[in-house]
Order: sequence, then C-alpha cells, then structure tokens
Amino acid sequence: MMWALVLLPLAGALIAWLIPDNRKRALVLPVFALAQLFLVGALLVDTPPVSPAGWIMLDPLGKLALISNSVLFAVCAFYAVGYLAYRRRRPNRVLCAALLVCLSAMTLVTISQHLGLLWIALEATTLTMAPLIYFNHNARSIEATWKYLLICSVGIAIALLGLFFLAYSTIVAKQDVTLLLPSLISDAAALHPGWRHAAFIFLLVGFGSKMGLAPLHTWKPDAYGEAPGLVGALLAGGLVNCALLALLRVYQIAVASSEGAMFQEVLLVMGLVSMAFAAVFMARQSDFKRMLAYSSVEHIGIITVALGLGKGALFAGLLHMINNSMTKGVLFLSCGNIHRAYNSKSTTTVRGALRRTPWSGALFLAAFLAITGSPPFSPFVSEFLIVSSAFVQGNFWTGGLFLVFLALIFIGMASTVLPVVLGEVPTDIERTRYRDTLPTVLPPLLLMGIILTMGLWLPAPLQQLLHEAAGLLGGGA
Amino acid sequence: MNSLADQFLVLCLLLNFAVLGTSRLNFSVRSVALQGVLLGVLPALVHPFSWHLAFIVVSIVLVKGALIPFLIIRAIKRAEIEREFQPFIGYIPSLVLGALFTTLAFIFAAKLPLAPEHSGLLVVPASLATLMCGFLVLMGRRKAISQVLGYLLMENGIFLFGLLLADAMPVMVEAGALLDLLVGIFVMGIVINHISREFSSIDTSRLSALREE
Repeated sequence: MMWALVLLPLAGALIAWLIPDNRKRALVLPVFALAQLFLVGALLVDTPPVSPAGWIMLDPLGKLALISNSVLFAVCAFYAVGYLAYRRRRPNRVLCAALLVCLSAMTLVTISQHLGLLWIALEATTLTMAPLIYFNHNARSIEATWKYLLICSVGIAIALLGLFFLAYSTIVAKQDVTLLLPSLISDAAALHPGWRHAAFIFLLVGFGSKMGLAPLHTWKPDAYGEAPGLVGALLAGGLVNCALLALLRVYQIAVASSEGAMFQEVLLVMGLVSMAFAAVFMARQSDFKRMLAYSSVEHIGIITVALGLGKGALFAGLLHMINNSMTKGVLFLSCGNIHRAYNSKSTTTVRGALRRTPWSGALFLAAFLAITGSPPFSPFVSEFLIVSSAFVQGNFWTGGLFLVFLALIFIGMASTVLPVVLGEVPTDIERTRYRDTLPTVLPPLLLMGIILTMGLWLPAPLQQLLHEAAGLLGGGA
Repeated sequence: MNSLADQFLVLCLLLNFAVLGTSRLNFSVRSVALQGVLLGVLPALVHPFSWHLAFIVVSIVLVKGALIPFLIIRAIKRAEIEREFQPFIGYIPSLVLGALFTTLAFIFAAKLPLAPEHSGLLVVPASLATLMCGFLVLMGRRKAISQVLGYLLMENGIFLFGLLLADAMPVMVEAGALLDLLVGIFVMGIVINHISREFSSIDTSRLSALREE
C-alpha cells in the first residue's frame, strides 16, 4: 500500500513519456495527481504499520509533509494543463515525466524512516527539478539550472558525509550501526558526542543549503526567478518541505540527545539571519519572481526560528510549514499568469495587473497580504503563535527582531507588489494571447480558499495531527 | 587493513595531485575514473567475500570507472574543448594548497576520536584530503567540466569515509546513492552541453546574467 504511493507517480511518468501527443500528454498530470491524493487520503484514515524492516512508516511529521505536498502537487497538476495550453510549441515530455518522478521522490522522503533512504530520495528530488527549472531553454535559465544543480549537489553530498558521521558515532559508541530513525532516537544520548556533534553541523549545512537557509540560499533567487511559475510553486512549497522534513529528522535526534539546546540555538540564529537577509534583499527588487525567492528564504527562516524556540512554538512552526506551502502556491501560480500576460517579470513593465488580468492580479495581491501575515489568512495565525511563544518564553530579543523583520519585509514586498498590481496598464506593452481562464485561475483560487479557511477555522483532525507531530519534536501538546 | 590496500590509498592521494596540477581535461577525467576504480576495489581487499560485497564492487567499478567517464568525455567532445584556461586558482598554487590540505588531513585525522580498530589507518586522512582537494578543484576552476570533476573528487572522498561503515550500510542505500550519482552526472553532462551551445563556451564565469542589482 505504501509502495503504491511511490510507484503510482512513477507509472504516471512512464505513461507521460510514452504519449506522443504534446497536447494530450499534459492530461496525465491531473489524473495521476488525483489518484495519488486519494491514496494519501486512504492512508491517512487507515495508516499501515511499520514495514517489516522498519524502513517505511508514515508518522505524524511525515503525514503533514505528505498532505501539503500532495495537495499542492494536485493543484499544480491542474494548473499545468492550462499553462501548457499556452505553451503548445514547447515540447513538454520531459516536464511532465520529471514532475511525476519528482512527486514520487517527494513522497518517498515523507514516508522513509531510514536516513539513508531519505537521503537518496532527497537527492532524487534535486536531480528531477533540474530539467524543470530549465524548461524555458534560454541562457538565463541554464545559468540558474547550473547554479542550482552544483550548489544543491554539493550541499546534499555534505549531508551524506554528515550521515556517515552519525553512523560512525554509533560504531565508536560500540552499538549496532544503523541509520534507522527510531533506534537513533532511542540511543541518541549514548552516541559518541564528538562525531554526533560533527554530524549535526554537516547535516544542518547540507539540508540547510537545500532548504535555502541564508547564507546558503544563493541559488534560490535564480532558480525561482527562471523556472516556470508552477515549478516555482513546487520548489518553494514542496521541495522546501522535503528538505525541512530531513532537518526535522535530525532535530528529533538532537532533541533526544544532550545537544538539543545547542542545536536549537544554532537554528534560532540561522532563522533570524535568513529573515534579515530577506528583509535586506526584498526591498527594491525589480523582478517580482526573484522577490518571491527572498520571501521563501524569509519563511524558511520563520520556520527555523520556531524550531529554535522549541516547546509551544513547534506547533506553530509546523502549521507555518503548511501555510507557507499553500500561500507560495498561490503566489507563484498567479505570478506565473501575470508573467504570461505581460511576457515580462520586470516591475518597470508590469503595472496594473488588476486591470490586465483581474483574477490573477487579485489573487497575487491577496496572497501577498496572506504571506506577510495579515489576518484573516492562516499565515497570520502561525506567525502570531510563534511571536507570542517567543515572548512567553521571555525571549524578547527574538520576538522583537522577528517583528522588526516582518515589518521591514512587509514594506519591501509591498513596494514591489503594489505597483505591479495596482496602477495603470502601460500603453506600450507587448500584446500577448494570455487571458485569465478557468484552468489557470481556479487552482490558485482553490489554494487561496484553503488558506482563508485554515485562518478562520483549523479542522480538529489537522490540529490533532499537528499536536502529535510537535510531540515527536519534543514540544508536548 | 593490509599493505596492498594502503598502497591503493596512497595512489588515490597522488591522483588528487594529478587532477590539481593539470589543465588537460581528458587526463583529469581518467585520473578521477582511476581513483573511482581503486576505491571500488578497496572493499574487496579489506572484507571477506560476500555476494553483497561483490555486487557493490562490480557496480562501483562499472559506474565510476566506465559510465561516468564515458558521459564526461562525451560532454568534452561535444563542447570541443581540451583544456582548462586561466583557472581562478592557478595550478602551482592549487598543488601547494593540495599539499597543505593533505598534511592538515593527516594531522587532523590523528586527533579524531576514531574507534580503536580504525585508529592509525590511512582511510580517514585519505578521505579528508580527497574531500578538500575536490572542494579546491570545484572552486578554483572555470570550466563546467572541471567543476563536475571537483564534485566527483568530493564524492570519492565521502565514499572513502563510507568504507569504515561498509559492513553497516545496507546494499540498497549504497546502490541508491550510486544511482543518484550516475543520474546526477548524466544531468550535468546534458546541462554542460546546453551551456556550450548557448554561450559557445563552458566557461562558468560567463554565467553572470543573474546578479543582484
């Protein structure tokens, strides 16, 4: 049953590869994404026990990542049909196949309990994203792809060394060498401290560069800026969660060992540094897609700060992981539409999107308000909970800096988003075929609905799941 | 660990310098491939025979010794280049830095809290030195192919450390990691091909359109 979750998208990828017709091929995406979503639903209701060797299991943390990935992917898959209809001339065989392989690898990340397997799956997601970023086949996108490929590959290689160190710390401590998560957690305190410490640092750097924590984020603006909107949505909402989940696994081990406090402190600092970087670079961005990359750095920073605070903030951090995915989905998809409509992503050309593409413009504006933490959308709830738990813990510096950065980022992002959305449409813009239609507007609208609903009312099962997951990280309900 | 294995490791260290000191890409590719083969054979010298071991040895030799060099050499032929030009870090400084890193790796490894059965072995210093040399090549060279070679050197270094865990690593994990590496090089080869078509060069310092204003 669990393996079906991984194999189903792979089968879809094979079918997509074999279909010769450029137009019909795109339809494979929503079909398999929906099938996958149903399967995920069934597995959430009736979760199978651990696989015999203990490698595969769906725990609350994995469930959270799996839910948000599958929902986001399904939405993107429907959007892809509408998007590819505007790009009929460009062959999409590689795109469709790579998207589905990526879904399979992302799913494997969420269900693996063996760190080696998790590493393999994470590396696979990195590789399958490369052809997706390069979809536009021009000089700029190849530059972005090369940077992304090299930085992430090296980062992931460093994470592998970290995993080896972790395994070696069990050898030095005279235990059975293993990379199975449950036994690493239960023996965490007994592992050799020196090697364990080195392992944590290497894993943090490795997974951190994949997540795009500052200062390891340099590939992000290029990749997010040059990739098509739907790939950007998957990078910022899906891949980031996979890398984050890998980091959460390390966090579980760190908290179970004596080094939890040290690890949390490092995370807190890295989170705040990421927010600071985002605040500085967000201002005066002349490319609104690149700006979204800095927003992604910011929100990864926010989640990392929540992990660093621990305790009550963990619940909020995990909630923010889902909120960020959904909101990034709306942002990238609507901004992809605006990009199509103007055939430019420079803020000097793109103005008055609310008139040119009323739906996409409105969605972009709403998602901007949501991501910067305005009520009544769900990111407000999670950000508010993180700040309040910082103050409750007496960590006034963190709470204060957090608020200052949020304010700066709001101003910086507003100075880019507002001119793009409001104002008059320039008279000399290029005429394009793009009009807001149901297939390109409905998917982001759906995500926006989810964000709004979750901001007003958090379903009890999800709340329960979040509490269980926070419990795994040491933040008791 | 026996003396033959030690000689293999010394040869690996020397191959690092071969890569650091040359501008000829074909030669570098062959050196890295030879290093990969040596590393692939090493487990067979240290551990008693088992099918798991045989599978790993054969697949590593095949991937690192044949498939990956084939992919890279094909990329070199398509891009029609033979040499690295004007690296950021010159060949002589690279060699000196490489020697420095190797020395430091030996000093550092002697201080590491290794398990008693591993202390005094050549594996750990060789692993660290190869890793550092890989970094050096990755950062010091301009051509995309040289950067891939640097990445491969790094991988070899990490793999060497993995030798200490050879009994412990499940075969699926090793095979999966190897497959990821192979696919990675395959993708990089394609990207290099496109870079050379787009820029009529694979000089990565020309990839500079995407900068912060």
